Amino acid sequence: MTARDRFGGYAFVLPFVSAYSFLLILPFIMGVWISFHKADLFGAREWIGPDNYVRLFDDPIFYQAMGTTFMLALMIVPALTIITMLLALALNRATRSAAIFRGLFFSSSVLSVTIVTLIWRFVLTPDAGLIAKVLAAVGLEPIPFLSHPDLTVPAIAITTIWWGLGLPMMLFLAGLQQIPQDMYEAAALDRASRWTTFRHITLPSLRRTTVVVVMLQTAAQLQIFGQAQLLTSGGPSGSSRPIVLYIYEIAFGRWELGYAVAAAEVLFVLVLLLTLGQYWFANRNEEPGR
Amino acid sequence: MASLSLIDVHKTYGSTAVLDGVSLEMEPKEFVAFLGPSGSGKSTLLRIIAGLETANSGEVWLDGTRIDQLAPGDRGVSLVFQQYALYPHMTVRENMAFGLRNAKVAEPEISDRIEKVASTLEIDQLLDRKPGQLSGGQRQRVAIGRAIVKVPKLFLLDEPLSNLDAALRNRTRVELAQLRQRVDAAVIMVTHDQAEAMTLADRIVVINDRRIQQVGSPMEIYDRPANRFVARFVGSPAMTMLPVTLDPGSGSNATVQLAGGTKVATQIICAAIGKNENLELGLRPECVTITAEGSGTLDGEATIVERLGDRTLVYARLSDGSEITAVDRGDSRLKMGDRVGLLIEGRSAHLFAQDGTGYHSGLPA
Repeated sequence: MTARDRFGGYAFVLPFVSAYSFLLILPFIMGVWISFHKADLFGAREWIGPDNYVRLFDDPIFYQAMGTTFMLALMIVPALTIITMLLALALNRATRSAAIFRGLFFSSSVLSVTIVTLIWRFVLTPDAGLIAKVLAAVGLEPIPFLSHPDLTVPAIAITTIWWGLGLPMMLFLAGLQQIPQDMYEAAALDRASRWTTFRHITLPSLRRTTVVVVMLQTAAQLQIFGQAQLLTSGGPSGSSRPIVLYIYEIAFGRWELGYAVAAAEVLFVLVLLLTLGQYWFANRNEEPGR
Repeated sequence: MASLSLIDVHKTYGSTAVLDGVSLEMEPKEFVAFLGPSGSGKSTLLRIIAGLETANSGEVWLDGTRIDQLAPGDRGVSLVFQQYALYPHMTVRENMAFGLRNAKVAEPEISDRIEKVASTLEIDQLLDRKPGQLSGGQRQRVAIGRAIVKVPKLFLLDEPLSNLDAALRNRTRVELAQLRQRVDAAVIMVTHDQAEAMTLADRIVVINDRRIQQVGSPMEIYDRPANRFVARFVGSPAMTMLPVTLDPGSGSNATVQLAGGTKVATQIICAAIGKNENLELGLRPECVTITAEGSGTLDGEATIVERLGDRTLVYARLSDGSEITAVDRGDSRLKMGDRVGLLIEGRSAHLFAQDGTGYHSGLPA
């Protein structure tokens, strides 16, 4: 490789590397720096060492928010993975109706969080929501989805699943398209039943896609924010407040920037460890060369 | 009793017919090659036999059972796919066991059969590897092994050698020939490579344009091609075709006249040809030899000289512009552009009527 080639290579990656450094790496390092300060949004900085972290690990609301966040991720990620895989299996055919349904299920993904929560408010609200009206029609009491502490988290989870169907479904569809047709023909000649074919051909072939979907969704749902803020504002009494909403409240409600950034760094490390852990777990038996 | 019978099989995709009334009888344990160019329908026919495609009409029988309405797995056939279609996430052993488990074969027997087949195919070292860790040739053997363990009544091989490099192809061809001695089943191989078909098959089924063109032993196909297509498709280099007219002065055997007026006496019985006057003379390269200019049947100019070592192929242009392929000795000194004499061996010549029907020396075809 000549010096000229090497320069050319660097020149190609330079635009991305500089944007990435400026927008992600630099703020991250600054964030770590700020988390060791008592800081507000107006630039006041006072070095306090690890005090923010000590305070954080003593903060019951931090633990409550973390608990809510993990509860939401546990409700959303497995359900979303299974539902979108089933949708992809059902819609992986070249018929016109399958194409229409693919578009329909994907359409929710293009809506903004504001619209999505608005739609689900219309469905869930106990005063005049869709569910309440259906219940009233059969003579039942409306259910307080948005105000009962046991129901707010599931309500946010359902909203999120509905909103997030599109991308994982498309990933699964792409994964299904990659399975060579002759694999299914070989299975047919091997007398495999439909279930055996799914269990031994389709499912193992979707392994990598499943890992990607679970990793992406875990990382995304641990940072859930908009739906919770707009549907319940984290209430009642913080029962549906995820960690990012808490970070937002600290930073922009209480103006304690240093403390908020410390919480954000902890969340960052957690998301990183979890996704890396999932990656390792999924690939631990994978041999090289395949 | 025939092992496989195809009775009047028709297949269309939409309005396009791909098979048009195909019928065939196979002998027990026979090795048959379906030979034809791409798009001839030969692979479709194989897939209909395997049950991966459904014929629009017609019947498929195997060992006295009608199988065309059975599921692929219930037909007693094994297919070796062109791209092998091994299950990538299963080991070689699991690949071979999959079909047997689905057929509820007892586990001890499964391992028994796998061990036996693996040692015959010399893949016993590979049983715990996955397909991704195998070379192309090894995958091919595993695919064949997966077909054998099922002990089918009929083996189907879809272009089995097309994915291998030249050296491996020759070796695998020998192995396939040995394999058929070991398995107690009939074999059908689909190929577009006539050398594969000629060397391996007991009988060749030449398929083109939706129909069977000819069924016969390799030498029958080569020596007595039923029509112009078979004559041109089988044999390399292809048979030379020259337009000729039947000489009115022919005796019981046909004498034909080339465009330049040269006459060639064949041993084809005139009565078989009937009233066809405009014919084509078919000459295998080995029926035309090179001599000194002026001393052969006709003269030409060598346009291409291919030295194959044991013999030399000479592509010559005649005075009327038509091309003819001839053979010279391996140590030929001929160069491109040389004037040559061409000696036509009339008794090995073939004649083709305008509808393509072939006529050959001796008994009417």
